[in-house]
Amino acid sequence: MKKHWYDYLWILTPIYLSLGCFNILFAWLGLIFFFVPLIISIVKGTKGYCNRYCDRGQFFALLGGRFGLSRKKDVPRWMKSKGFRYGFLIFFFIMFFQMLWTTWLVFSGAESLRQAVTLLWTFKLPWQWAYSGTLIHPGVAQFAFGFYGVMLTSTVLGLITMILFKPRSWCVYCPMGTMTQLICKAKNGKSDPDTQKNYSRKVES
Amino acid sequence: METNIRKKRKAFVMEQDCVACGCCMKVCPLGAIKVHKGIMAKVNMEQCVGCGKCVKECPASIIELKEV
Ligand code: SF4
Ligand code: SF4
Ligand code: SF4
Repeated sequence: MKKHWYDYLWILTPIYLSLGCFNILFAWLGLIFFFVPLIISIVKGTKGYCNRYCDRGQFFALLGGRFGLSRKKDVPRWMKSKGFRYGFLIFFFIMFFQMLWTTWLVFSGAESLRQAVTLLWTFKLPWQWAYSGTLIHPGVAQFAFGFYGVMLTSTVLGLITMILFKPRSWCVYCPMGTMTQLICKAKNGKSDPDTQKNYSRKVES
Repeated sequence: METNIRKKRKAFVMEQDCVACGCCMKVCPLGAIKVHKGIMAKVNMEQCVGCGKCVKECPASIIELKEV
C-alpha cells in the first residue's frame, strides 16, 4: 500500500511527550489533538481524524504491530460495550473539568501552582524540572501540567491495553474516538439502511 | 469447479459494535472496507477477497470472515 505523508504522524506522540519533559508549557500544543478531531467530525461529519491522521493510533499500531509489543488478543467483551465506552467518556469529562477547575483556582489566585503531573488521576509525579517560569501566569502553567497529565494518562492506559490486547485497543474506548463517533451519529442520523445484507447478528462471539 | 476457496469468503462487520476507528481500512490491500460517515465500517462485497487482514487488525474484534 502507498504510504502517505499522514502515515508518519505517529512521530508526534513521542515528540509531544518528550517536549513536555523539557518544558511543560509545550503541553498546550496538545489542544491540537483535541480540537482537530472535533472540528473534522463537526464540519465534515466523519471520523477522518481517527481514520487517517491520529498520531496516537498510529503510534500504538507501530509499537504493537511492527515491534510486536502486543499479545494481539481480543479485548474483553465489556470493554467494547456501549456502557463502558460511554461511561469512560463521562468519567474522562469529569476528570477533565476537574482539571479545568484546578486551573481556574490557580488563575484566580485561590490556590498556588502545583508543579506535578497527575498520572491515572491518582499519582502525582513531581515535574518541577520542566518549569522555570516567572514570566507567565501560574494559571497558564497549571493548565499545562493538567493537560499533560491527561495526555500522559491516556498514553499509559493505551500502552497497557496495547500490550494486553490488540495494538490499537485504546481506540475501542478512546474518549475522543467515542465522542467523534457520537457527533457523527448525531450529524448523519443513527440508522443506515444500506447495511451489509443478509448478515445475522447471531454469529457473534 | 471452484478454483479458490478463499474467493468465497467475505468480511462481515458487526456494525453495532463498530467504533469506527478505521484500523481495518488502513490494512485492507484492496480498499474494500471503509468507515461510513464516521459511524461504522462497511465492506464492499464486490471488492473484498476475504484475505482476513482487517479481521486480525480490528481492535474490537468485530469482523468475521464468512462463506457467502
Ligand atoms: S480512537 Fe482515539 S486513539 Fe484511536 S484513532 Fe481515534 S482519536 Fe486516535
Ligand atoms: S477481508 Fe481483506 S479484502 Fe476483505 S475487507 Fe478485509 S482486508 Fe479487505
Ligand atoms: S477496525 Fe473494527 S472497530 Fe475499527 S472501524 Fe474497522 S470494523 Fe470498526
